Amino acid sequence: MHIPSLTIDGVRQSLLAREYSAVELTREALRFAEAENPRTGAYLHFSPERAMASARIVDERIARGADPGALAGVPMAVKDVIITKGVRTTCGSRLLEHYVPPYDATAIARLEEAGGVILGKTNCDEFAMGSSNENSAFGPVRNPVAPDRVPGGSSGGSAAAVAQGTAVLALGSDTGGSIRQPASFCGVVGVCPTYGRVSRYGLTAFASSLDHIGPFARSVADAATLLGVIAGRDPCDATSAAAPVPDYRAAIDGQVKGLKLGLPREYLKDLASETGTVIERGVQKFREQGCEVKEISLPSTDYAIASYYVIATAEASTNLARYDGVRYTIRSVNSGTLADMYRNTRGEGFGAECKRRIMLGTYVLSHGYYDAYYLKAQKVRAMIARDFAHAFEHVDAILAPVSPFPAFKLGEKVDDPMSMYLSDIYTITGSLAGIPCMSVPCGTTAEGLPVGMQILTRHFGEPMLFRLSGALEQQLR
Amino acid sequence: MRISEEQVRYVAALANLALSAEEILRFQAELDGILAHMDKLNEIDTSGVEPMAQVLFEAEESATLRDDVAVPPLGNAAATANAPQAGGGYFKVAKVIER
Repeated sequence: MHIPSLTIDGVRQSLLAREYSAVELTREALRFAEAENPRTGAYLHFSPERAMASARIVDERIARGADPGALAGVPMAVKDVIITKGVRTTCGSRLLEHYVPPYDATAIARLEEAGGVILGKTNCDEFAMGSSNENSAFGPVRNPVAPDRVPGGSSGGSAAAVAQGTAVLALGSDTGGSIRQPASFCGVVGVCPTYGRVSRYGLTAFASSLDHIGPFARSVADAATLLGVIAGRDPCDATSAAAPVPDYRAAIDGQVKGLKLGLPREYLKDLASETGTVIERGVQKFREQGCEVKEISLPSTDYAIASYYVIATAEASTNLARYDGVRYTIRSVNSGTLADMYRNTRGEGFGAECKRRIMLGTYVLSHGYYDAYYLKAQKVRAMIARDFAHAFEHVDAILAPVSPFPAFKLGEKVDDPMSMYLSDIYTITGSLAGIPCMSVPCGTTAEGLPVGMQILTRHFGEPMLFRLSGALEQQLR
Repeated sequence: MRISEEQVRYVAALANLALSAEEILRFQAELDGILAHMDKLNEIDTSGVEPMAQVLFEAEESATLRDDVAVPPLGNAAATANAPQAGGGYFKVAKVIER
């Protein structure tokens, strides 16, 4: 078994043909992942006992002739902001270094029920706040394609593990691009589904109206299968959608002829770079397939960064208030009063980016600034959502870049938070509207750095995403 | 400067965040730069636009409700297991009567 080239279908066939057992595969996958991990630091820690227990269940199902599940035996990684019962979940933060959750996220329960095998938890920016994975308290992740470069963020470890081959699939979380941008930087498929499509129960909250769980995979088909497993209504998350979950794999049928695709002129006007050239080559592939490509306008785009960083930080400042030294493992020892204990625990525990966002979020919610910033940002958010709704009256999907540039060097942008925020421009608009978006590999720069194309469509239009990305993947193969 | 050192201290107090003198100066400069960009929001006319607090879809009014059935809770032992200090099923903190 060659671990880095495994696929969901390949694992299933090998298990059913008794080429190897799930226990044998898991043992080998763990050995490989632990040996290779130092090259990137994608995993923070492994969960061998849990992985072996999952594998034994798959073997037992196969032995008695039962369906072993859609993800039977598939080695997976999970971003360390998604909680796993009995397996440490740090959120990339010193504050949760020793936190062992008492229950499982719904997405975790679903993927294990489907036979998925979780090898371990992956590194990420602290509380998912960042675009380079350099904000982790446990060190950065290296891009497997170019080790002197970042893997993107915040789900950098999950993207790197899948690209490196130490996991077949991974779960990440996306609030403003945290699945799509690292997928683009590492050359893998990453999907941010419709808001509410996947339950957020057990996803450590960053910005609740923007947070999503979604899949990473090396192929569109594998991403579609994983999303199908984790999607669906969950009584534990009131914002999870009741809409039925279609067969996403079945949507990958190559039938793209006649589809109307939009290119937002606001996104492409600044893209006179190599990234723009790679995206244009991908767009050409769709034209050759008989798609009708036309320019569209998303006029509120210029205001998206401001709207997003007001809303996301406001929600983050509220969500992170719970880390006060009372319930979650770490407490400052140098504090007499309760109030000092709160302040010191948080001051000592949070890293710089979390503090920056807590400060910004508290400021925009504070008396006298709420209307000017927070309420205004929510109105702009409505306009951005309306831009997309208008666009989808004329096109079936939108094609766009994921990031203005490919993976940058470690340390290159770490001292300039505003320029890091500005680089999220192409991903945050879809997040604000709550529409499904994905990154699919589209080519590489002359230097060999991956460039992902972003595809966006209507609410619950994931089948359209997979139809288009599957066709592009086929054309570029 | 859009934000004074005093305002930074005030916001840090609201957020229960102990900051060093060096951090206060750094955040003052950084927040100033970020807020300068946020001021872009003032350029766009939003009159008549309802604020969007949540992503909403067409769905029945009851779509977000679950059946009213009690499910077993975590239990005190599991709920307090990660606390730095706990006992008797409670979280322990310093006395709050003396400030």
